[in-house]
Amino acid sequence: MIALDIKGLSKSFGGLRVTAGVNLSVAPGERRLIIGPNGAGKTTLFNLITGEILPDSGTVSLFGQDITRLPSHRRAHLGMARTYQIITLFPHDTIIRNVTLALLGLSPLRWNPLIDLERKKHLVDSAREALVRVGLDHIAERPLAQTSYGERRRVEIAMALAQKPKLLLLDEPFAGLSIDERRDVQQLLLNIPRDVTIVMIEHNMDVALEYAEQITLLHFGEVIVEGTRAEVVENPRTREVYLGH
Amino acid sequence: MSLWLTLAVNSIALGGLLFLLSSGFSLIFGLMRIPNLLHGSFFMLGAYFGVTILSQNVNFWVAALASGVGIAIIGGLIERFLLRRLEGQVLPQVLLTLGFAFIISDVCLMIWTGDPWQPATPDHLRGALQIAGLFFPLYRLVIVAVAVVIAIALWLMVDWTRLGAMIRAGVDDAPIARVVGIKVSMLFTLIFALGAGLAGFAGVLGAPYLSVYPGLDFEMLPLALIVVLLGGTGSLLGALVGSFLIGFLYNFGQAMFPDLAYVILFLPMLIVLVVRPQGLFGRAIS
Amino acid sequence: MSPKQLQSAAIAIALVALLTLPVWMGNGYYVNVASQILLFAIFALALNVLVGYGGLVSLGHAGLFAIAGYAGALMLDAGYGHFAAIVIAIIVTLASSAVFAVLALRTTGISFLMITLALGQIVWGIAYRWASLTNGDNGVNVTTRPTPFGISLAGAEAFYYATLIIFLIAVVTMAILVRSPFGAALRGTRDQERRMNALGYNVWLIRFLSFLFSGFWTGISGLLFIYYNQFISPQVSALTSSAEALLMVISGGTATLLGPIFGSIIVVIMKNVVSAYIERWNLVLGVIFVAIISFMPEGLVPGSVRLWRMGWQALRTRWNGSAVRQPEDGSR
Repeated sequence: MIALDIKGLSKSFGGLRVTAGVNLSVAPGERRLIIGPNGAGKTTLFNLITGEILPDSGTVSLFGQDITRLPSHRRAHLGMARTYQIITLFPHDTIIRNVTLALLGLSPLRWNPLIDLERKKHLVDSAREALVRVGLDHIAERPLAQTSYGERRRVEIAMALAQKPKLLLLDEPFAGLSIDERRDVQQLLLNIPRDVTIVMIEHNMDVALEYAEQITLLHFGEVIVEGTRAEVVENPRTREVYLGH
Repeated sequence: MSLWLTLAVNSIALGGLLFLLSSGFSLIFGLMRIPNLLHGSFFMLGAYFGVTILSQNVNFWVAALASGVGIAIIGGLIERFLLRRLEGQVLPQVLLTLGFAFIISDVCLMIWTGDPWQPATPDHLRGALQIAGLFFPLYRLVIVAVAVVIAIALWLMVDWTRLGAMIRAGVDDAPIARVVGIKVSMLFTLIFALGAGLAGFAGVLGAPYLSVYPGLDFEMLPLALIVVLLGGTGSLLGALVGSFLIGFLYNFGQAMFPDLAYVILFLPMLIVLVVRPQGLFGRAIS
Repeated sequence: MSPKQLQSAAIAIALVALLTLPVWMGNGYYVNVASQILLFAIFALALNVLVGYGGLVSLGHAGLFAIAGYAGALMLDAGYGHFAAIVIAIIVTLASSAVFAVLALRTTGISFLMITLALGQIVWGIAYRWASLTNGDNGVNVTTRPTPFGISLAGAEAFYYATLIIFLIAVVTMAILVRSPFGAALRGTRDQERRMNALGYNVWLIRFLSFLFSGFWTGISGLLFIYYNQFISPQVSALTSSAEALLMVISGGTATLLGPIFGSIIVVIMKNVVSAYIERWNLVLGVIFVAIISFMPEGLVPGSVRLWRMGWQALRTRWNGSAVRQPEDGSR
């Protein structure tokens, strides 16, 4: 069964074609990298996958289930998790509260208006576990406003992993990180077990190429080249896209 | 027959006034995303200014223009020194504009008292025009003509001039516009002042027809709101269509269902909201 | 004393003060003002559920307040008993809240604000113009107050206690909601709508339910109002009323439970006291709005706390000289 199956996905904004008939097939447990110059439509593709925007035509299937028109909040319940290019955390809360909110999203508890959230030990404990995995449990109680950029990136990943997703979408997870921070995040990602399928958008070629097994190159919303690392690097069209000739 | 005709004429006259009022609101709302709850106050204050200037036996058009300019200055000052600091914060913007609306409302009450003022229709615009055997009140037609002229002028400005291009860039993507070198802040002040001035000008124009009285501000504000929500924010065409639609609805509604006339005004807006939240001609919210 | 202990002590003192208020207030007029403060505090708290916790600014809540009041008053006028009137009024208010919510939640942000403003105006239009239904400008009289368990609420004291009980229930339910998972979810939708959807929360439904909760308590406060005032007129649904409600929420501070309560105290006292001396209540209200935005945009309670801290810091450096540093935990 294919983890993520995209067929003929297209989206236009006004006269601008942002996604043009994209076909993509990601196998379970695969590490897929989506690359392309700025404006290639990578984030839009993610938004189409997560349901933030709906496509004009084409289909998206998750482990065999057609989710093309499914509201985005329901996709999370099917095992989809995502991080954002621009950090979108909850600024007024502590780190652990941020992760707790992520966990709560999949729990029926989220509709409960009566109990005290702080008292829900199992949620708080799971949140702490997720923080341990990204090495942030020592500052769990710290307000988000007092954390560094690198720490926030890791909180994002903690939140995504806490939901035990089947498909993890990472949008430029290395953006803005220092070399050390990048190494930490890389290690983190390498340690994710194979029952999680990962699709990553990255701009920084060196970092990303080390990580990916299959690479898809997008340009002007179209898939230009697809294949293993070696295949993509050798393909003359790759150079065309990035260097213009 | 003549009742329907009168209603029709009144409708397009009101539509014209509403366009002048709401075009500014649409620009302010559409471009700067500012919930300008002062807009009705600009209309009323302009009308009061007009009343005072006209009592000095000044030419009607001069009075209207002067009022418009005066209100434009006031609007510009408020935007430049107070609103600008609150960019992006809805709640404070609401409070500030609402606060000023209350202040203006009471200050007007103090200066011009609670009695309604109705300046006389200017001499050269009195009487009626005879077309095809029917009589049309001249002044009402003039209001419509002015509205159309200004609509064309605004359209030309927005679609054909550099200033207009900058406005459109600002509407589409303010941060990028700034990066490209467009002085967005100055543009905002200009737009706000223009919108306010148009409202004030409309106030004077409407005075001989609607008169000026306390409460006019909060009566006109919802109307501007309806027009813009119906027509779509940031769309001049939407403001035009919406204005005339509401003008007709108001007059015919008053005649046919006096009890519910006010409520009927909101119906098209509500229907459009359910069916097409961005308004008839608005851009879809991504 | 730790902050938590301080807080509990403060609450205990406040409770005692409230419970014994008629005793130390003496004058029936002031007891009535206290009742007014409490019922408007419920209104402000209800509005704050949307504004402060949901990030949805509504300028049409006076419309819901009026719907509850008119529904109750008209039912009583038609000869129904208090129980029936109250139940019907609440049902009507909840239904209206649902309609308001569905329409207003078609959009967010500023458009939400505008739509709620329009909806409030529709209610005003109906109250004012549809005279055959609402008696228009003449308003509707409410001649009697309910007698729960046979106790008459006609006197200022008795009515005060009834209002106080309902107020305390309201505060407790709000406190529970805020601490609950649903409350956390609501605040999440305020801060990061996109992410909440991606995390699996049905943002629209969360907002819709919050609107209903807010509408319920707004309705309760509207009913308390008609029993307090024994009269309702279209003015209750005017834009100025929604603005006053918003002022109560803002002036006290939206981020806390206490804020709207303080806001209600401030606005009601100003209205009763100021309007005795100045006719131009709107002018004062406007100036207060502008002043708050200019100097304390986060609200009077947080703003005062901030200014207090600033002042305290300045005093400390003055006394101790900047060379001497105080240990962070306060020990010597």
